[in-house]
Amino acid sequence: MTDPARARLPQRSLLTDPVVRAVIIQIAVFALVAGVLAFAAVNTAENLKRAGIASGFGFFNQVAGFDVSQSLVEYSRASTYGRVFLVGLLNTLLVSSVSIVVATVLGFAVGLLRLSGNWLVSRMAAVYVEILRNVPLLLQILFWYIAILNPLPGPRQAMSLFDTIFLCNRGLIIPWPVFLPGSWLVLVAFLLALAGGAGLVLWARRRQRLTGKRFPAYVSSLGLIILLPLVALAAAGFPIRWDLPELSGFNFAGGLTLQPEFTALVLALSLYTAAFIAENVRAGIEAVDKGQIEAAHSLGLRPAPTMRLVVVPQALRVIIPPLTSQHLTLVKNSSLAVVIGYPDLVSVFAGTTLNQTGQAVEIIAITMLVYLTISLAISLFMNWYNARVAILER
Amino acid sequence: MAIPDDPIIRIRHVNKWYGQFHVLKDINLTVGRGERVVICGPSGSGKSTLIRCVNRLETHQKGTISVDGIELTDDLKRIDRVRREVGMLFQNFNLFPHLTVMENCILAPVWVRRMPLLEARELAMQYLTRVRIPDQADKYPGQLSGGQQQRVAIARCLCMSPKIMLFDEPTSALDPEMIKEVLDVMVDLAGSGMTMVCVTHEMGFAREVADRVIFMDGGEILEENTPEAFFSAPQSERARLFLGQILSHAQMGARTNPD
Amino acid sequence: MYVKRERSPSLPPPRSEAGVVGWLRANLFSSWPNALMTLAGLALLLYSLPPFLKWAVIDANWLGDSREGCLPPLGDAAGACWVFIKVRLGLLMYGFYPEAERWRIDLAGILLAAAGGQLVAGSLLRAATGRGRRLTGLFPLAGVLLSLALFGILPGLVACAYLAAPDILARARPGRLLLGLAHRPQLHLAARLGLAAGAGAALALGFGAAGQGLAVALSLLAASLIFIALGAYGQSAASVRFSLLLGVYPVICYALLLGGGLDLPLVDTDNWGGLFLTLVIAGVGIATSLPVGILLALGRRSRMPVIKALSVSFIEFIRGVPLISVLFMASVMLPLTLPAGMHVNKLLRALVGVSLFYSAYMAEVVRGGLQAIPRGQYEAAEALGLRYWRVMRLVILPQALRLVIPGITNTFLGLLKDTTLVAVINLMDILGILKSALADTRWLGFTKEAYVFAGVVFWVICFGLSRYSMLLEKRLKPGRN
Ligand SMILES: Nc1ncnc2c1ncn2[C@@H]1O[C@H](COP(=O)(O)OP(=O)(O)OP(=O)(O)O)[C@@H](O)[C@H]1O
Ligand SMILES: [Mg+2]
Repeated sequence: MTDPARARLPQRSLLTDPVVRAVIIQIAVFALVAGVLAFAAVNTAENLKRAGIASGFGFFNQVAGFDVSQSLVEYSRASTYGRVFLVGLLNTLLVSSVSIVVATVLGFAVGLLRLSGNWLVSRMAAVYVEILRNVPLLLQILFWYIAILNPLPGPRQAMSLFDTIFLCNRGLIIPWPVFLPGSWLVLVAFLLALAGGAGLVLWARRRQRLTGKRFPAYVSSLGLIILLPLVALAAAGFPIRWDLPELSGFNFAGGLTLQPEFTALVLALSLYTAAFIAENVRAGIEAVDKGQIEAAHSLGLRPAPTMRLVVVPQALRVIIPPLTSQHLTLVKNSSLAVVIGYPDLVSVFAGTTLNQTGQAVEIIAITMLVYLTISLAISLFMNWYNARVAILER
Repeated sequence: MAIPDDPIIRIRHVNKWYGQFHVLKDINLTVGRGERVVICGPSGSGKSTLIRCVNRLETHQKGTISVDGIELTDDLKRIDRVRREVGMLFQNFNLFPHLTVMENCILAPVWVRRMPLLEARELAMQYLTRVRIPDQADKYPGQLSGGQQQRVAIARCLCMSPKIMLFDEPTSALDPEMIKEVLDVMVDLAGSGMTMVCVTHEMGFAREVADRVIFMDGGEILEENTPEAFFSAPQSERARLFLGQILSHAQMGARTNPD
Repeated sequence: MYVKRERSPSLPPPRSEAGVVGWLRANLFSSWPNALMTLAGLALLLYSLPPFLKWAVIDANWLGDSREGCLPPLGDAAGACWVFIKVRLGLLMYGFYPEAERWRIDLAGILLAAAGGQLVAGSLLRAATGRGRRLTGLFPLAGVLLSLALFGILPGLVACAYLAAPDILARARPGRLLLGLAHRPQLHLAARLGLAAGAGAALALGFGAAGQGLAVALSLLAASLIFIALGAYGQSAASVRFSLLLGVYPVICYALLLGGGLDLPLVDTDNWGGLFLTLVIAGVGIATSLPVGILLALGRRSRMPVIKALSVSFIEFIRGVPLISVLFMASVMLPLTLPAGMHVNKLLRALVGVSLFYSAYMAEVVRGGLQAIPRGQYEAAEALGLRYWRVMRLVILPQALRLVIPGITNTFLGLLKDTTLVAVINLMDILGILKSALADTRWLGFTKEAYVFAGVVFWVICFGLSRYSMLLEKRLKPGRN
C-alpha cells in the first residue's frame, strides 16, 4: 500500500537538497557583503577624487609642522608624518605598559583584600570596586585631568612629599637616576648577581632533590641582586646619582617631569582597570575549592606553601585569561588619551595628522591595524597559555 | 567510658559553636594507639566537625584535644606537629587537580618532611603499589575513576607515614564496585596496625575492623559500644531508629543489585 | 560500653564568641596583622571621608541661582557649588531640546518607567514574597494618570493604549477571535503583518491629512498593537508587556521624540543632548546589538564556511580595535562611502558605530552560552522534527541567553558607559554639555562639581542595573521553573 503523498516526495530537489541550499545561501550572503563593500569603495574613490585628496602613503614623508608635547624619540616641527606615527605609537605603548603594571599590582592587592577575613578591609575593597567600575572611564580621565590636576597651583606652591616628589600644574615631578661614567660597573655587577642568583636557585633545587635539605635560595639571591650592585656602586665611587627635582625660578629643574596628561591617563586607566582585575582575582581564588586548602593543611602544609603550591597554580588558570583581556582592553582604552590631548597614536595620528592631510582611509586603516596587531599578539599568548595549563580530564 | 591503656587521641569536654549554634556538646573521647574507631550518626550530628577538630581544620572553643601528647592550641608549631602525624581522607577526595598522581603524593614529603625527591618518589611508588594503582602515577586526577582517586588520596596520606588516619565518609561519593576497592585498601590498612578514626555508614566494614563504635546525634555522643553489641542491640532509642533506617536502606540496595 | 540517656541542652557560646565583642574579635582583630589592617583601613577612611563629606554636603551651596551665591566675598568657595549643576539641570537632562517640547521626552520617560517599573517590580516582588503581582498594576495606572494630568488628553490616550494593552490582550485573546489561524504560523505572521500595516497606514493617512502629528504616532502605535495583539493569544501579560517594550515602545519614541507632524514640531537630532541622548544611544545600542550579536554568534558556529569566515572576521576585527577608532570611522569614513549628496546625520553615525561595535562583543557573549548547551539538546530538538531556525529559537537560544545574562548585562553596562565617547565626535551627551558649561566664562572653575555629578548619575544607573541583573539571574537559575 503506498501513500500517494509519500510517493510524490522527490528523490532530490534543488530546493530541499541541503548542500545546494547551503551553497546558494553562502553565495547570496557573499554577494551581498561584497556588493556593499564595492559600493562603498567606488563612492569613496569618487568622493576623494572630488575633494582632491591623493590616496596612497606619500604623506608619510611630508613635513608635519606641528609640535608634540611628549616624545620618546627626537621630534621637532620639521619631522615627517612618519615620525609622528612613531611618536604616537611609542607614547601609546608607554602609557599602556605603565598603566598595565600599576593596574595589575593594584588589582591583585584589592582582590586579595576583598577576600580577607577582615570585615572593614574587605568592605572597603568592595566599595572601591563598585565605585570605580560603575563610572565611565572617560569621565574618570576628565575628572583627574580637568578637576584634579589642572587646578593645582603652580610650581612655587607645589604640593610635595618629603621634598623629593612634587605635584603641581606642570605635572608630577619625581627623582630620576643619572648615569655618570663608571656606571657600567654597576650594570655588570647587576648582571653578575642575576646570573649568580639563577645559579643559586638551580643549585638549591638540585640539592633538595638529592638530599631533601632546603636552602632559602630565592631570598638569598634577592639579597645578592640587591647587595652586589650596591657594593659595586660604592666601589666605583657612586657613579649613579638621584637627580632630585628642585625649584628654580618659576619651574623645577632636575628630576623627571611626568606631564599632567600622562599622569591623569595613568591614574585613570590603572584605577579603573584595577577594579576589574580585582574582581577577576577574587573570582579566580574563590574558584579554588575550599577542600583543596583543607587537604593541603591536613597533609601538614603551612598556609604559605599551601598558597604557593596549591591555591595559586589553580587560581592562576582562572585568572590569567580574563587578566590578559583586561590588559588588552586597557591598551585599547588608552586611545581615550585624545580627550585630554595626551599625544598617543589616536590623538596625533588619527587626530591631528588626519585633519591636516585628510587621508582618512589610510590613516584610520593604519591605526586600526596597529591595534589589531597588538590584540593578535595578546590573544596568541592567551591561546598558548591556555593550551599549556589545560588540566587533563577524562 | 572505656579508657584505652595507651591513648593517642584525648578529647576532653570539647564544645564548639558555629555562631550561636552549638555543634559539639561536651564531647569526651579517647582513642588508643592502634585502635580503630568508627563514628556514625544521622546527618548533621557533628561527626565531620568532630574529626576535623582533631587535626585543627576546625577550632573548638572549650575543652582540650591532645594528639600523641601534644595539646592543640592556636600555636602554629603544635598544629604543624599534629598535622604531620595525622592523615585525613575526604568524602570528595580533594586531590590537587593541577598535579599528577605522583606529584600529589610527593608534595607533602618533599615540602613538609624535607625528603629527597628520589626517595619521595620511591616511597610514593611503594604506596601506590600497595593501593594497587602503580600504573597511574603519571596521570592527572581528572583522568581517574572515583575509586582510583580515593585510593590515590590514601597513598598520598600514607606517604607522610602518619600515626593516625581520619576518614570522613571516604566511600559515600562512590559507586558500589568502587566502594569495595577502597574498603579493601582500608581493611588492609587496619591489618597493619594503623590508628583509624572513621566516619562511615559501611556496617560491614565496621563489624569487620572496628574495635569500638561511637554513635553521635545532635552534637553529642549518645552511645559507645563494641560493634557486635551496637549493631545487634543498640541501647538508645535514637540509635535503634537510625540503625533501622540504614538497615532498610541497605536491604533495599541488596534487593536491587543482588551479588 | 557507654550510653547517655539524657540529652544535654544547647548552650550559648562563651562570651568572647558572641555579641559585639565576639564579632569585633572575629572580624576585625583576630590577629596582630589583622588588627593592623583594621587600623590602616580606619585611618584611610578618616583621612578621606570627612573632607569629602564636608565638601560635598556640609559646606556645599544648594541655594540661589547665580555664581555669587556660592562664593564668599573673598577667596574660593569651601564647599561644592551645586548651584552650578542646578541652573543647568535642564540642559544636562534634555540637551538643547526646546523647552516647550520637553514634555515629549517626559512622556516617553513616564511610559518607560511605568512599563519597566511594572516588569522590575513584578520580578522583585516575586523574588521577595512569591506573589503580589496585583500591586504592580499600580505602575501603569500611575503612568496613565500622570500623563493625563501633566500633558492632556491625547498623550494620556497614548499612555493608556500602551500601558493597558498587555493586560487586555492577555485576557481577551483577540488573536483567536479575529483570525482563527492558530495552526498555521507562517500564514498567521503574514496575515498579522498585512492587517497591522493596513490598519496603520489607513489611520496614518487619515490623521496625516488632518495634519495631526501626534495622531500619526497614535496610528503607528495602533498598527504595532494590532500586530502584537494578533499574536498575543495564550501569552502571559508579562511576555506581552515585554514584546511591547521591544516592539512598540521604539515606534512611539521615534514618532514622539523626533516629531515632524503639524502639532509636533520637528526637533532635529542636533538638538538632542544630555542624559536623554545618552539613554537614546544606550537604548538603540542594546536593541540592535543583541539581535545582531545573536546572528553573528550563530554565524560563527555555522557549518557554512563563507558565513563562518565572514562572522569571525567581523567579530575579531571589531574586538581588536578601540571604540574611538570605530566612531572615527563612522563619523569620517561613513560619509565618504556614500554617493555625493547623501547625508547621514551625526547621531545616526554614532548609533551605527556603537551598535556595530557592541554587536561583536554581544556575539562573543552569546557564543559562550551556545557552547554551554549540551549536544543532546540540539539532537533532541532535531529529533522532534524541528528545522534549524526553530531549533535555535525555541530550544537553544532561550537556554543559552538565560545562561549568559551576567555577560549580557556586563556588555550592556560597558555600552552604557561607553556612550560617553560620543562626546569625542562632538555629540552633546551629558559630558558634552558639561564641557560647554565649564567653558562658560561666568561659571569658571566648578569642574569637580561637574564631574562628580555626572559620575553619580552614571553610577546610580550602572550599579542599579547590575544589582537588578544579579537578582534576575538568581530568579532564572535553572531548575527554578
Ligand atoms: N561552617 C559552618 N558554619 C555553620 N554551620 C556549620 C558549618 N559546618 C557545619 N555546620 C553545621 O554543623 C552541623 C554539623 O555538621 P557536620 O558536617 O559535622 O555534620 P555530619 O555529622 O558530618 O553530617 P553529614 O553526615 O551530613 O556529613 C550541621 O548542622 C551543619 O549544618
Ligand atoms: Mg560530614
